[in-house]
Amino acid sequence: MGVWTHAGPAFLASFLASLVEFVEALTIVLAVGTVRGWRPALIGTFAGALLLTLAVLLFGPTLQRIPITTLQLAVGVLLLLFGMRWLRKAILRSVGIIGLHDEEAIYAKQTAKLEREGDSGPTRMDWVAVATTFKAVVLEGLEVVFIVIATGAVGQMLVPASIGAASAGIVVIFLGLLIHRPLARVPENTLKFTVGILLSAFGVFWVGEGLHLPWPGEDLSLFGLAGAFLTISLLAILVIRKGQPETSPQSQGGQS
Amino acid sequence: MNRITDVLQELFGLFVEDGSLAIAIVVWICIAAFLFPHLPGGSAWRAPALFLGLALLLFENVLRSARKQ
Repeated sequence: MGVWTHAGPAFLASFLASLVEFVEALTIVLAVGTVRGWRPALIGTFAGALLLTLAVLLFGPTLQRIPITTLQLAVGVLLLLFGMRWLRKAILRSVGIIGLHDEEAIYAKQTAKLEREGDSGPTRMDWVAVATTFKAVVLEGLEVVFIVIATGAVGQMLVPASIGAASAGIVVIFLGLLIHRPLARVPENTLKFTVGILLSAFGVFWVGEGLHLPWPGEDLSLFGLAGAFLTISLLAILVIRKGQPETSPQSQGGQS
Repeated sequence: MNRITDVLQELFGLFVEDGSLAIAIVVWICIAAFLFPHLPGGSAWRAPALFLGLALLLFENVLRSARKQ
């Protein structure tokens, strides 16, 4: 039971968060590939993936040398900062305070920017294109690596967390190859809302463990924490919507 | 150099978007770490109180952010 109470949420959090990050990276890679050619786009992508792999291989084993309570506390604080940031943003997007993440708009903006930057010629390597995909893959990939390590390493759930991230990668790459367009129909805010709740729940749980604060129900309290974060978030949405003028056009745009 | 600064800013941005929320989270964790053990009433309430404080911080922050708009 204890294994599943951690493995299920670790897999789910890792899968959903990675799905969001891979979709964002795919939008940039598609924009670069379409405008500047697939060779530099893929070189940047593979170079970014290689750097991330090396970083994991280099820093991954050092995590095992850190005392478990220190690791729980450090990872818990980072997860809380990361998860509550996502949750805050998802709540504000749900009520139309900030705009929804629009993959098609980002794709259009990125292609226009790349077209303005001009052609590097047929024989020279297009370093602008390489750098653009490299940066996108490294930055989005770092978030995936952090989520996998944070949800997996502390509770010895690295395998389900990694499977979750890898599954998300396969799904996004497959869909990208299939439709060759940004995955604009992915309900990104709903995913970010869910991931924000899961990561915040993991974060507060690990901080409590790191500080030796006993959780009622022990590992099962993770589900209670997720439910409580969901309740408080929905309550916040309700309160904000009640305070908004009824004619506000943006207030109808939430996806949560 | 600019690219390195950009990358560092983006890394910082992964964890901190609203500085007041980030600071409040860290301060509440410090209170839980250093003050909770000295308070009476046993230890059973401490973990739920940790969560409750964080939930209230989030609730207050989103309401304040919404009012600002």
